[in-house]
Amino acid sequence: MSVSVCFYFQVHQPFRLRKSYNFFSIGPDHFYEDDQVNRGIMLKIAEKCYLPTNQLMLDLIKRYNGAFRISYSISGVILEQFQLYAPKVLDSFKALVDTGCVELINETYYHSLCFLKSKDEFKEQVFAHKNAIKRIFGVDCTTFRNTELIYNNELASEVEKLGYKTILAEGIERILGWRSPNFVYYPVSAPKLKLLLKNYRLSDDIAFRFSNRGWHEFPLTAEKYANWVHAVAGNGEVIGLFMDYETFGEHQWADTGIFNFLNALPEKILAHPDYRFQTPSEVAGNYSPVGPIDSVHYVSWADIDRDLSAWLGNPMQDSALEMAYALEGPVKNSNDPNLIHTWRKLLTSDHYYYVCTKWFNDGDVHKYFNPYDNPYDAYMVYINVLNDLKLTLKQRGIVC
Amino acid sequence: MKVLMFGWEFPPYISGGLGTACYGLSKQLAKKNVGITFVLPRIKGESQLQAAHDIRIIDGHNYLCEEIEEFRKKTSFFEKEISVNSPLRPYISYETYKEYLEKVKKFEKDSVLKMVHSYHGNFSIDFSGDYGEDLLSEVGRFAMIGRYLSQKEDFDVIHAHDWMTFLAGVEAKNQSKKPLIVHVHATEIDRCGEHGNQEIFNLEKYGMEKADKIIAVSNRTKDIIVQHYRINPNKVYVVHNGVDMEDTCYYDRNTRPFKDDKIVLYLGRITMQKGPDYFLEAANLVLQRIQNVRFVMAGSGDMTRKLIERMATLRIADRFHFTGFLGKSDREKLFAMSDLYIMPSVSEPFGITPLEAMRYNIPVIISKQSGVAELLTNVLKVDFWDVHRLASTIINILEKPQLKNSLTENNWEILKKMDWGIAAQKVLQIYQECVLAA
Repeated sequence: MSVSVCFYFQVHQPFRLRKSYNFFSIGPDHFYEDDQVNRGIMLKIAEKCYLPTNQLMLDLIKRYNGAFRISYSISGVILEQFQLYAPKVLDSFKALVDTGCVELINETYYHSLCFLKSKDEFKEQVFAHKNAIKRIFGVDCTTFRNTELIYNNELASEVEKLGYKTILAEGIERILGWRSPNFVYYPVSAPKLKLLLKNYRLSDDIAFRFSNRGWHEFPLTAEKYANWVHAVAGNGEVIGLFMDYETFGEHQWADTGIFNFLNALPEKILAHPDYRFQTPSEVAGNYSPVGPIDSVHYVSWADIDRDLSAWLGNPMQDSALEMAYALEGPVKNSNDPNLIHTWRKLLTSDHYYYVCTKWFNDGDVHKYFNPYDNPYDAYMVYINVLNDLKLTLKQRGIVC
Repeated sequence: MKVLMFGWEFPPYISGGLGTACYGLSKQLAKKNVGITFVLPRIKGESQLQAAHDIRIIDGHNYLCEEIEEFRKKTSFFEKEISVNSPLRPYISYETYKEYLEKVKKFEKDSVLKMVHSYHGNFSIDFSGDYGEDLLSEVGRFAMIGRYLSQKEDFDVIHAHDWMTFLAGVEAKNQSKKPLIVHVHATEIDRCGEHGNQEIFNLEKYGMEKADKIIAVSNRTKDIIVQHYRINPNKVYVVHNGVDMEDTCYYDRNTRPFKDDKIVLYLGRITMQKGPDYFLEAANLVLQRIQNVRFVMAGSGDMTRKLIERMATLRIADRFHFTGFLGKSDREKLFAMSDLYIMPSVSEPFGITPLEAMRYNIPVIISKQSGVAELLTNVLKVDFWDVHRLASTIINILEKPQLKNSLTENNWEILKKMDWGIAAQKVLQIYQECVLAA
């Protein structure tokens, strides 16, 4: 009985807005994004994470002759930024995909929350991403994962209708009950779809706890970690290790030893004869679902709450979301591809994440690459930009 | 006449009316040949500190340090200017002082740029790193500096602006035996109603009692001084503030981005005393009735976040704008862009901003609880708490051009009488009386 280790990495960065976009900018100034900041952050992450990690992944794939296999979801907005600022990174992803050991996963092109507000927009953004992946990498995706693993029954059935075979979600007790995340399931609303769940304990051991000196398991070696993974043998079939790609070199800096860990891990895991690496669609093809998952409410992989409260729930976030989506009709009526693209980039979930007030007094993951000092600044800039967009539409005679 | 003046901030960094008043008044006094030794609490490289750390929503202008120094040189009309290194600043409270002190200490530690502090013969006293743990001990430390300066400097009278400098004034008086004038721009009663800080109240009262004469910025303030602080009314003189006409900028209203919309403006600190919450609630009521109007709230303060959340809850983010703290040129531009100015203060000793708005020939609505209401006959006055009345008054003015015209037609005549020169003349007279009596 073999066990599959399924690595999935989220690769995404938003187009951040200009912090200085203020009341006086509304009207005369239509340049919303901070090119300098976005370029700077992209170059920094490329150097610290994307380039070295991609190189290591390529080495590992070659070293194990196809036995090391991984998957990525690369958002449309980061693909654009690779093209603009770091074409080398894009080339290195292409080289990875060309090995045949890497699966690409679809998501909404703009890494947005649009499923919550507009099913039409959701479909358009999924198609946009599908087309972009096809155009750039020449592959068709059969696996889908929604922004930040936001998931519920309704989403699963919509995704099934769009023709996907596999979907990813957070393996949280709220939807699992007593059951283990280490099996393939199916959504109660979409029985043909295979549902792969994140093993959040093992995933977060790498993504969040790896360099935590206060953690009783510190320091984490590849050997120790492989032992934990091997302990699943006999009572699980698949281990979903889902995380931000920036874990390597950025959230966990190189000097924490994260690259050495990653470099040593496949050997340790493959040392067990029953263990292998598989991509999500391979897992879906190899295992039968053991039961249904019923998720009436939304779950996600964000924060300890693992719900929507990272992006929605405070009045600023809610009013911003309402105001942005109220422009959907008017923006689309403009028939101006640039304007539509600009509006869609504003839908990227990060803009809402920055307005989160949940732990605003403590340092936390909301601070990663967050250009703002506080959620109130983030909200004001976002609202100012929406007001300018509204004014632009009005000047073109479009009612909104 | 020579005066040792304990004053406050100067343009282009002005956080409120106190700085504006110090500037307007001393400029006119200098024209009347009063030699002013101006003592100013200031952090070295304050402009950078402001740019780096100020609690603002959105940066106004980030002036370069050198630009500021250049500006100050050009505009300085003092005989002597003494910068005392101190984190005291206008409108600071017990809580915000501690916050600010942390920032100052961090800034001074981090700062690699050393500013040259003495220019054209002025000097600064550096007690850095030695600041008071809390606001009152810093006020005490500043008073010791005042005492020290009074031995060194040559002057006929002492003039101290607002409570944080009163103790310095009293110490200077004790040391030099020269007469002391305290200038009351606001009291703890205005800032906090009946729930103010007792120690601050006591300090204000102490300063008023020790002073030879008191200048109040309005009859309203004089009444508070007499009733709440139990001061003999005979030593309290009312000198109304003025308005600086020179600052008025030219703005082509045709270039306004919101051509179809009227703009209703609030400009001031976003604190309880100024009643910004009443402005927001009235705005919400107006927006339920008419559409082609936008509300702008300019300024920063401890209520900002609460009000942003309230605005978001009311879902009026497409009609209600926050600008954050504004520099001088943006302030002027915003006045010029506006169609109506509102000052809904809960308790306003004077209130210069309505006068500033009137320079642009726009109508103003002020609360009855403001000192400037004594002087303005052609403005509409409402109780600060009466948001329904405020809302209907806003709609009335916006929808009836003839009302707007009748409210603004005499603006220039009124403003002419609100000259800082007139205020300076009265202050000079008070100086002279003090010197004669002494």
